Amino acid sequence: MRTIECAGKKIELDEDGYLTNLNDWSEDLAKMLSKEDNLDLTEPHWEVINFLRSYYQQYQIAPMIKILVKEIKKTMGADKGNTKYLYQLFPDGPAKQACRYAGLPKPTGCV
Amino acid sequence: MTKEKTAEEQCNEACEANERIQEQLKFSKIKVKAVKLTGEINIPELNPKSMLSVKPQLLTAKEMLEHLGYPAGGLVPNWKEVFLRKMDEMLKKYRSVKLYMDICVKCGACVDKCHYYLGTGDPLNMPVARQELMRKVYRRYFTLPGKLFGSRFVNGSDLSEELLVMWYTYFYQCSECRRCSVFCPYGIDTAEITMAAREILNSVGIVQKYLHEIIFKAQVIGNNLGMQQNAIVNALEFVQDELQEETGLDIKVPIDVEGAEVLFVTPSADFFASPHIESLYGYAKVFHQAGISWTMSTHASEGGNFGLFIHNYEHMKKINKRIWEAARALKVKRVVGGECGHMWRVLSSYSNTMWGPFDYLDQKYKRPQHICELTNDLLNRGALKIDKSANEEFIVTMHDSCQVARGMELGGMPNGQFEIPRAVIRGVCEKFVEMPADTIKERTFCCGAGQGLLGDDMMATRVKGAMPRMQAYHYAKRESGVNFVALICAICKAQLSKMFPEYGVAMEEVGGIHQLVGRAIVLGAKESV
Ligand code: SF4
Ligand code: SF4
Ligand code: SF4
Repeated sequence: MRTIECAGKKIELDEDGYLTNLNDWSEDLAKMLSKEDNLDLTEPHWEVINFLRSYYQQYQIAPMIKILVKEIKKTMGADKGNTKYLYQLFPDGPAKQACRYAGLPKPTGCV
Repeated sequence: MTKEKTAEEQCNEACEANERIQEQLKFSKIKVKAVKLTGEINIPELNPKSMLSVKPQLLTAKEMLEHLGYPAGGLVPNWKEVFLRKMDEMLKKYRSVKLYMDICVKCGACVDKCHYYLGTGDPLNMPVARQELMRKVYRRYFTLPGKLFGSRFVNGSDLSEELLVMWYTYFYQCSECRRCSVFCPYGIDTAEITMAAREILNSVGIVQKYLHEIIFKAQVIGNNLGMQQNAIVNALEFVQDELQEETGLDIKVPIDVEGAEVLFVTPSADFFASPHIESLYGYAKVFHQAGISWTMSTHASEGGNFGLFIHNYEHMKKINKRIWEAARALKVKRVVGGECGHMWRVLSSYSNTMWGPFDYLDQKYKRPQHICELTNDLLNRGALKIDKSANEEFIVTMHDSCQVARGMELGGMPNGQFEIPRAVIRGVCEKFVEMPADTIKERTFCCGAGQGLLGDDMMATRVKGAMPRMQAYHYAKRESGVNFVALICAICKAQLSKMFPEYGVAMEEVGGIHQLVGRAIVLGAKESV
């Protein structure tokens, strides 16, 4: 567990750096978290993050990678609609790293 | 004469003990590097206590602990009493464990058989040393000489906080894979000792997070991932759309269809993660092409059963119950299980005792079937048209998932658990090569993350424990050009697709057997056979 300060607010993260309280999320926070990994969030990163957030709001879980890939293909073009591209954006894996920036909990299970 | 301690003093002592334990069991991220692959599995140099710093995360969420019936405030005040009471209960309930306590002759046949020992060199990862952690307590408190003369006399251990730390550490560096038991002249199964040890730790309030959080989700939400119904439906509809788009055929991924012939249960990872999901495409194609009506269930949306990992029948029963409730409610004739190692063990070996008899099923299928069994049967009957050239690019090997390999039979024939999956692979691929003989079948090496060790917190153990499997794969790759490992376990898939890149191999080289099946099935109108 640790806390970071974002926009004057103390925000709690769990041992793996995921938000303890999902309502604490803000764009600034996503930026801070990615900066810690030396990653600059660009437009495509935000596309992914925003999609993850809206999917989560509806289903209380992150989408499977294939759904994410399809969505990216739709919004960003066929050349971007593949897992490789997602790994380029989020080297630690889209499922875990992107979810963390998006303020989603870590998936559990045999994954 | 010692003065009775006041209640307050006792309380303070307990709080302090708990604080000390929490501090010592704190998990910290430990990064380790994978060794270079040579194709050899060598016995390592001893590296005592090298893995003592690796601690899995503790579960602290009160709501989950309370639901599971474990203490919610950390180490309980009278922990020694609770510990011994629980251990006594376990020894009585699991007579095998009691027997294992008594019969080890210290022959040493097991010492170099554990992947965690081979990967770490830590002598406490030798199976017999792991067992001794419990045996020392057993000798001290459960044998007459130990009771009479104390631990020194019987080489036993008194209960201490240090002992708790050792237990928590090394019983969570055992994946309960049972490889050691194959080599033990007495068949001592360390896995059962580990399971019991974990339950004893649970009873005093030392509860590991990954595995118990999942038991909670499987019971309360219905699957390990914690997927709500609408998310399951969304995922399965997506897969159905994709299949129909790809093939132009009306392939269904049915959910909650009453009156279907088959209820299909599989780990929830199969409708969420990669490469797991690829096998789901394969299952759907098999059912479609064979013309078998099937359904999945939102109620029984998990095949896995982590209750096994602590041998807790109550937890296991609750999770398993959903499957049989769904089978009854949907009025199916049989139950088929997808690609999951320990799920198969629970489903095939424990179901009947827990929720049988299944007289409402078609009596030809009194027991659940494995998807490989079903597919193999169809292949044998020529009921599926196969184009092996679809898998031309692959030279395939098979990783025997230990819970299947050292579980119970499959398909009602001796060695079916080895031969049937292989027959399916051979039936859909031109090129199949085995890894070295001492790393497959009943002597298979675990993927390194089984039975509760798949969390990110266990990364050090995972990387080191994967070593033997990785070396064996590398050997097959170097000697025979193998470029794909097919398997039937969700945990193995998650672990190996993560470990392959760690060891410098592409993660795409890992996948399910039905991923290969799905590629090779020729769909469309059936020719008469
Ligand atoms: S059961 Fe497997 S992991 Fe546990 S001690 Fe034996 S070989 Fe090692
Ligand atoms: S092989 Fe069996 S009897 Fe021999 S040391 Fe190991 S557990 Fe004991
Ligand atoms: S994950 Fe797979 S190989 Fe590892 S312990 Fe389970 S069944 Fe065995």
